[in-house]
Amino acid sequence: MGNRIVTARELAPKTWLFEIEADHIAKRGKAGQFIILRVNDEGERIPLTIANRDPARGTITIVAQEVGKTTEMLNALDVGDEIHDLAGPLGKPTEIPTGKTVVCVGGGIGNAVVWPQVQALKQAGNKVIAILGARTKELLILEDEIRAIADQVIVTTDDGSYGRKGMVTHALDDLIDSGEKIDEVITIGPVVMMKFVCRTTAPHGIPTQASLNPIMVDGTGMCGACRVTVGGKTRFACVEGPEFDGHQTDFDELITRLSYYKPEERASLDHHHRCKMDEAARALDRQA
Amino acid sequence: MSDVDKPKKRDINKAKTKVPMREQAPQDRIFNFEEVPLGYDENEATLEALRCIQCKDKPCVRGCPVGIDIPAFLALVGERRFEDALRKIKEKNFLPAICGRVCPQEDQCELVCTLNKPDKGREPGGVGRVERFLGDYAMEHDLTITPVCAAPTGKKVAIIGSGPAGLTAASDLAQKGHDVTVFEALHKPGGVLFYGIPQFRLPKEILVREIDGMKEMGVKFVMNYPVGKAEPLDEIRARFDATFIGTGAGLPWFLGIPGENLNGVYSANEFLTRVNLMGGYKFPERADTPVKKIKRIAVVGAGNTAMDSARTAKRLRPEVVYLVYRRSRLEMPARIEEIHHAEEEGIDFQLLHSPVEIVDDGTGAVGAIRCQEMELGEPDASGRRRPVPIEGKIKEWAVDTVVISIGQGPNPLLTADCPDLKRDPKKGTIVIDPWMRTSYPDTYAAGDIVTGGATVILAMGQGRKAADSIHRFLTTGDPADPEAGQGDVCGNLT
Ligand SMILES: Cc1cc2nc3c(=O)[nH]c(=O)nc-3n(C[C@H](O)[C@H](O)[C@H](O)COP(=O)(O)OP(=O)(O)OC[C@H]3O[C@@H](n4cnc5c(N)ncnc54)[C@H](O)[C@@H]3O)c2cc1C
Ligand SMILES: Cc1cc2nc3c(=O)[nH]c(=O)nc-3n(C[C@H](O)[C@H](O)[C@H](O)COP(=O)(O)OP(=O)(O)OC[C@H]3O[C@@H](n4cnc5c(N)ncnc54)[C@H](O)[C@@H]3O)c2cc1C
Ligand code: SF4
Ligand code: SF4
Ligand code: FES
Repeated sequence: MGNRIVTARELAPKTWLFEIEADHIAKRGKAGQFIILRVNDEGERIPLTIANRDPARGTITIVAQEVGKTTEMLNALDVGDEIHDLAGPLGKPTEIPTGKTVVCVGGGIGNAVVWPQVQALKQAGNKVIAILGARTKELLILEDEIRAIADQVIVTTDDGSYGRKGMVTHALDDLIDSGEKIDEVITIGPVVMMKFVCRTTAPHGIPTQASLNPIMVDGTGMCGACRVTVGGKTRFACVEGPEFDGHQTDFDELITRLSYYKPEERASLDHHHRCKMDEAARALDRQA
Repeated sequence: MSDVDKPKKRDINKAKTKVPMREQAPQDRIFNFEEVPLGYDENEATLEALRCIQCKDKPCVRGCPVGIDIPAFLALVGERRFEDALRKIKEKNFLPAICGRVCPQEDQCELVCTLNKPDKGREPGGVGRVERFLGDYAMEHDLTITPVCAAPTGKKVAIIGSGPAGLTAASDLAQKGHDVTVFEALHKPGGVLFYGIPQFRLPKEILVREIDGMKEMGVKFVMNYPVGKAEPLDEIRARFDATFIGTGAGLPWFLGIPGENLNGVYSANEFLTRVNLMGGYKFPERADTPVKKIKRIAVVGAGNTAMDSARTAKRLRPEVVYLVYRRSRLEMPARIEEIHHAEEEGIDFQLLHSPVEIVDDGTGAVGAIRCQEMELGEPDASGRRRPVPIEGKIKEWAVDTVVISIGQGPNPLLTADCPDLKRDPKKGTIVIDPWMRTSYPDTYAAGDIVTGGATVILAMGQGRKAADSIHRFLTTGDPADPEAGQGDVCGNLT
């Protein structure tokens, strides 16, 4: 069962969308679930959200932002290449209400996760408002795709290059103040952003789900690397999540845990770049 | 080759102790991931086999969970008929190279051996060592005793999980002519044999070879396929004539003490997976999954998993590796050989200490482990003397890494998907009848998912028993064996 790449498209600098053949995941995957892949036999297992599925063609869509060695190698792949290992769908699907007003707040690469959620929420007959944030205009992804389905889309950029200037929390605050009756908020993005989204909704008592992104290894509940603290209890995000009650989540712990391998990740990437340079130098030598 | 003379046929070796096995010296092996015991050569194996007195009662056979005819295979080795000896073992156990290495022989076949008289300084027959020799012999001489498969029955069987239970069931069922597909959630088959037990104790090449042999027999392997998520169990059951569950005890337990989510605290599963499955010890040159540079580490627990973690840690060249255990040496559940090797390698045993807190170094990472000193009190339900705290005696060791290795529960990945599959309400293990059948009539289960964390050979024995039942179920519609009494086919099932 090869997992061939059938589409590769650059959405923004260092952010690529891939459609990959993965028949059973295309059939069974649900909004909120993710896959784990490896790009080669020495590769790390990394989790990526199932951003879209096409059961008829048997393909899934993932969107990956380059932050380290594995995502860099992934984004270097092209149409026709195969993903070495692809496991999924993993995690619990998002709980989708019906007939409610739901606000999805995405930031950066998080918008790739908002996309399937907006789809699922709309299909279940909810009113969906999407707030999409990005640092700057060129980093905003999937706006058209989400606009095509959501009832309303609000875009914010930190530098004001597009949409309204400011943070997603400002837009959310305004939306709440405007008297819009919000039943639920779902938030996905950088941990700090999710933390502040939860702070924004808490005083109003709006139930808020946060999609957590701890470091994972197996994604099957076997190792506990992905543990997060929710409501004072340790939970394994890969099997019990990745979505949890944001008001109960210990975001600071998550931030600390995510930073643990920073020096190693740096070393890994440097090593990769050195290898690439050596290779390029060898190629030049051969040419000469 | 050793300098031992070639023994003659039917000699008996009256030596009181086992023929010693060559090993990598501790000062060398802590710098590599190569195997520690180097195995017997033909002469050594023959000599050891000849220590068996072929006693009439042969208690050893009952001591082996799969009932290998031990005196028979030892006699064949004594006659240097290695291939025949191997066939004898393979009647009951298709992974001798693995069991010879990882079975807790001292609690099983060798414990009850007639020769075993520790008070008189006499050791049991070296059953495990000779078994390992035969497994290795088969590989070195490329003897694939691939059993002839029966004519295809047209029946399809799904095996969920590729640990020793699943592999055994798959191999047995393929031999009986069924069309077998193994589904595995991870990217490599073998279960704990791959992701848990380290290279220096069980070289992965052995496992890879056995699995290649199974592929030759026609067994199909589907990796990266977490059943329950990738496909509901019900749909698997609908696609196959029978289903086997061997999903293991993969859920790590934590202590529930403060500081357990600090950076640098691992479950043994995570630590071993990073190093073994993901090859983290080769980071960053030849593997991308990072393992931290460890200076001072404490491993909590004293089972095989704890010894594996401690010895794996040692090979990452830290300053010190502590092994913290709340009982005494006598109660340690690990194989004796592992405890012995751990000691030789300089693991610092801190017995009768129970962790009460993992202390933050101020940055959200581990700074120290704080332990309560214990003493042994009255025996508890398990018959082991219960550790009781000594009031006021608290000790602290500065460490940067803590590995929690206090056991694991049944893997919930599959069972979460089928709430009506009958489970033990307390333990979460799958409930089976004497024929290994679950509450679904076409579905069988074996191994750690049924027993909770146990041993490789028990998982294999159960896998075989389930395969027998499945075969009867597929051929007659009834899994019960009319010739066996209560279905206690594979001995010490617990
Ligand atoms: C459930 C889930 C869904 C995700 N969905 C997406 C997505 O759709 N698109 C996307 O671009 N990213 C997603 N991520 C994050 C993505 O997994 C990481 O960016 C990726 O693992 C980084 O790997 P790397 O080798 O390129 O970088 P590294 O250099 O290894 O790491 C860079 C940073 O990524 C994080 N990270 C590292 N290793 C892991 C790991 N094994 N698991 C999780 N995080 C890790 C850490 O914060 C780290 O500091 C998701 C994470 C989770 C847990
Ligand atoms: C570190 C360690 C050292 C050990 N040392 C020894 C030893 O020296 N001697 C000894 O006898 N025993 C030892 N044991 C115990 C022994 O390994 C286990 O008892 C044995 O492996 C159990 O076999 P199993 O087939 O039941 O399950 P496992 O070996 O756990 O295999 C289960 C497999 O099922 C897969 N799986 C789980 N859920 C799903 C799903 N939904 N879909 C598909 N696949 C799934 C898992 O990924 C795994 O590969 C050790 C255990 C550990 C952890
Ligand atoms: S399988 Fe294990 S218990 Fe049985 S004879 Fe071999 S070493 Fe002994
Ligand atoms: S009990 Fe010991 S001596 Fe007797 S047959 Fe078994 S191995 Fe040989
Ligand atoms: S990633 Fe291993 S348990 Fe969640």
